[in-house]
Formats: sequence, structure tokens, C-alpha cells
Amino acid sequence: MKIGVVTFPGSLDDRDAARAIRLAGGEPISLWHADSSIKKVDAVVLPGGFSYGDYLRCGAIAAQAPVMKNIIKKAGEGLPVLGICNGFQILVESHLLPGGLIRNEKQHFVCRDQKLRVENVDSAWTSGFQKGDEITIPLKNGEGGYIATDETLKMLEGEGLITFRYLEVNPNGSMNDIAGLRNERGNVVGLMPHPEHAVEPGFGPDSPVAMRSGVDGLRIFQSVLRSVISA
Amino acid sequence: MPKIIVQVMPKQDLLDPQGKAVARALERSGHKAISAVRIGKRIELHYATTPTDSQLQEARKIAESFLSNGVIEDVVEVSIEQD
Repeated sequence: MKIGVVTFPGSLDDRDAARAIRLAGGEPISLWHADSSIKKVDAVVLPGGFSYGDYLRCGAIAAQAPVMKNIIKKAGEGLPVLGICNGFQILVESHLLPGGLIRNEKQHFVCRDQKLRVENVDSAWTSGFQKGDEITIPLKNGEGGYIATDETLKMLEGEGLITFRYLEVNPNGSMNDIAGLRNERGNVVGLMPHPEHAVEPGFGPDSPVAMRSGVDGLRIFQSVLRSVISA
Repeated sequence: MPKIIVQVMPKQDLLDPQGKAVARALERSGHKAISAVRIGKRIELHYATTPTDSQLQEARKIAESFLSNGVIEDVVEVSIEQD
């Protein structure tokens, strides 16, 4: 199972995403922003970071990269695509997901272990969860405030397209506590928090069991492996 | 150098945290008459010669599709400037 990870100029978490894919049992394939080929991968991860230094708007310049043209086309044909943090920003700038992400409500960059509730499990990247599962994964962003028009919010809520919601603390002022979304087909998911940083005991968030033992992020990558096999 | 000036502002009904922070600082330093601040972007597109009508049209398209994000921003001006 080959999962591509795109590196843009300024991507930071591409290697962590590749490592998460490996730990989940997949084979990570490096993709380069300037290549239009996506090397016959079965799914794609757009990793976190600060592509193009967040110039213009976060994710806006990356959305124009040659590799994105192909990813947008293949996503329309059902290719599973996950956008994490800056990757989520790239997905909204590519119009693969609705709405936008703006500077955090309180202006500060926020870095914390974030509790989330899984709201929808009918997507390529959330099928390994039970609806209502509570998970904890790291969150680190400066521009993670999710916004959308009333009409879009109504559509997202009505059709159950919200995949993850912030629990206990809304760290960035996101409308309706939205942490992550899926598209109608369920192959494209974007979220601000970082599942790839919660995949290996000893390096994840603290859990009630032990310090740094949280591996809740792993299930996102396991979900796609399962959904690609069953597809 | 002839230019096309594109001005982009955060949408009116949208919280502009940058503007809000600047407004608070102005208020603290005694500028009580300023009731709000909003911060947008001025983008200059430079041309070797005065842009044609079709280049201005093209710039309008670029402004709407790439230089701004319609979900969060409005293009408030696209115009030719000589200097």
C-alpha cells in the first residue's frame, strides 16, 4: 500500500507523516511539489509546515504547485487525500474542502495536546474509529481558526461532514469547534491537529496510562490502509 | 513603472484580529477618536508598459482567484497606477 507524502518548500512534518505511514503498515512514497507525477500512489498526505513561508495566505501558493493539479484531479476520482495543518490549509485553498482558516482568535501560536471527538467515521481516514471516540493528539498552529459562511456551516452540520471537533478547549476560535472536515465522497479529509505526532509509544502525548504513550493518531493512517484494501 | 494595484481586505463581517490588536494599542496610547482598525493588503503587479484593458481584466481574474480568498477576503480595488 503506497501512500504519497508531498514535500513543498517549507514543509516540516513530511518525514513524520512518512514515519506514521510506515508504523501503520503502509509504504510511504516521497512526492515533490514541482513534479506533476504522483507515482501511482494509493493515497496522498499533505503534511504540516509553512509551505512558501505562509506567504499571501497559508496554503495559497502550494495550492498552485504542479503536483496539486494532479492531486486535485485524482481526488475528484476518489483518491484518498489527507491534509494535516498546513495540508488542511492547502486543501481549502485548492477548494477540495469548503471554508477557510484564519489567524487564531487570540493571535498566539498554540501548541498543546488536544482532545478531539471523532464525529464522522464514514471517510477513508476515519473508518477505524467509532463515532464519538475521544482522542488526544498534538495541535500546533498559528492560523487554525476555521471559518465558513452560515450556509456552508449548515451544510457541513446537516450532512455530517465534520470529522473531528475540539473538546474541552477550542484552541483557535474555530466555528462550531471544527477541527477537521471531510468532503461529500469521504475520500478527502483535512484537520488542524497532527495525528502523525501520536503514533509511537514514548513520543506521543501523555495518556492516563503513561507519559508520552498516546498513539491515537495511528488509527487515521490505519483507516486509510483498510479502506484502500477494501476498495 | 506602470502598475496594477490590487487591494484586498478581510470581509466586513469577519473578525480581523490584526486590526483589533492595533486598535487596542491606539486606544491605549490615547487615540480615542479611532473606533476600529481593519488591515488588508496592497499588492502591486508591475508591467514594462502601461497595462492594456485585457491585462487589467486578467489582473482582476488573478485578484479574485489567487490573490484573495473569497471565503475570508474581498477584492476592494484593481486599478492602474502610473508614476
